[in-house]
Amino acid sequence: MISIKNVQKRFGDNIVLDDINLEIPQSNVFALIGPSGAGKSTLIRTINALEGIEEGEIIVDGSSIHHKQTDINKVRTEIGFVFQSFNLYPFLSALDNVTIAPINVKKMGKQEAQEKGKQLLESLGLGDKINSYPSQLSGGQQQRVAIARALAMDPKVMLFDEPTSALDPEMIKEVLDAIRGLAKSGMTMIVVTHEMGFAREMCDQIVFMADGKIVEVSPPDKFFTNPDSERAKSFLSKVLNH
Amino acid sequence: MYQPDWSVIPQNMGLFLEGILLTLEISALALVISIPIGIILGLCRISKNKIISFLATTYIEIMRGVPLLVLLFWIFFVMGRFLQLGPYWSAIVGLAAFSGAFVAEIVRAGIQSVPRGQMEAARSSGMSYVQAMRLIILPQAFRKVLPPLASQFIILIKDSSLVSVISVVDLTLVAKNLVATSFRSIEVWTFVAVLYFIMTFTLSQIIRFLEKKYNSYD
Ligand SMILES: Nc1ncnc2c1ncn2[C@@H]1O[C@H](COP(=O)(O)OP(=O)(O)O)[C@@H](O)[C@H]1O
Ligand SMILES: [Mg+2]
Repeated sequence: MISIKNVQKRFGDNIVLDDINLEIPQSNVFALIGPSGAGKSTLIRTINALEGIEEGEIIVDGSSIHHKQTDINKVRTEIGFVFQSFNLYPFLSALDNVTIAPINVKKMGKQEAQEKGKQLLESLGLGDKINSYPSQLSGGQQQRVAIARALAMDPKVMLFDEPTSALDPEMIKEVLDAIRGLAKSGMTMIVVTHEMGFAREMCDQIVFMADGKIVEVSPPDKFFTNPDSERAKSFLSKVLNH
Repeated sequence: MYQPDWSVIPQNMGLFLEGILLTLEISALALVISIPIGIILGLCRISKNKIISFLATTYIEIMRGVPLLVLLFWIFFVMGRFLQLGPYWSAIVGLAAFSGAFVAEIVRAGIQSVPRGQMEAARSSGMSYVQAMRLIILPQAFRKVLPPLASQFIILIKDSSLVSVISVVDLTLVAKNLVATSFRSIEVWTFVAVLYFIMTFTLSQIIRFLEKKYNSYD
């Protein structure tokens, strides 16, 4: 479903992604972990072309993302993206946040978009918040609205960049539960996360990055008990024993 | 001792009213024209295309560097000669061109005050750059630019008094003409100052009200 081939990305002279190769089959959930500055955000941002690349190719559901002839706006409707800082539109209600893209990009009728938006918000436990503005919602609620906003486009793939890192501890679970629900429904996902419990329990593969490279790709059981690389071992000993 | 005689004011109320109307008309028209000019210039200024942003920056620098009085003369005597503009349209074009440069800077600051994540969220949902600007960025920028835009309109009303030099019969020229015939300069100029103040003060109150209304979401 997502195919990343020989991708290189530089910021000036700084090589941030160095020969990245990764295949993510349909309905798989991949966790992307690694120390800060490893290039995790940059990697998932290249998958929907929020960042360009210097070399290589990324193919999502048959479309070459960085190819000049690709209609990137169309491809992006199939890739949901959830940001660490939510990035909800502060001047729109929760429901309008969810419906603005279906109405204006997919040309969905307003009525239909609102019906669907309400259902989505309800399914994420926000049925009583449809008319609230982002500033009236907690962080966990805002992030769930952001997930609903991404799902409203019926994406084939969902990308999460540290979706719980900006949240108070008591709100992390509600957002992770929403992502769990999506995984059960068969959504193809990449989740950048520091939640090791979540990664271990929910994900098909753990992708460990450091210094712009993919150091190791392993199933969770192996990764958390007996990783191949020294980098992963020392990283795990730091994050698991703190 | 000078004996003020205020009767010159009520006797010429019709003239003052015509002057006020023309001042408001010219300022409002100039503002209405300068807003699209400003939005386009402001967008050009932040454009990634170097030539486009250079041209916009150059225009803005010229407008900031040339005194409005000189610009009005130039448009009336140079450009107006070829385009048959006449005083009324020369005044509006001059004020709009001048004000557009300041509106552009206001628009640019407004757009840049919207966090980058807003554009990224909009683009990642499949919106084109233009859609994202129109649906997500400009509505937020608009709320931020309302106060400085209001100040710009107030400045425009005051600056519009300069159009009297190209013989547009605005409030200032009405006053000048009246002083020339009645010799009541103290009464006339005091009254005209009060009239300008009432116009700008009323406007700033309206804007304050609008600001409250539009900022209710946060
Ligand atoms: N817009 C940018 N301009 C320049 N350098 C950047 C930019 N974004 C990220 N970087 C650099 O790229 C590297 C990887 O960053 P990032 O992908 O955010 O890492 P991670 O998400 O793993 O913490 C870092 O060294 C960071 O400083
Ligand atoms: Mg990051």
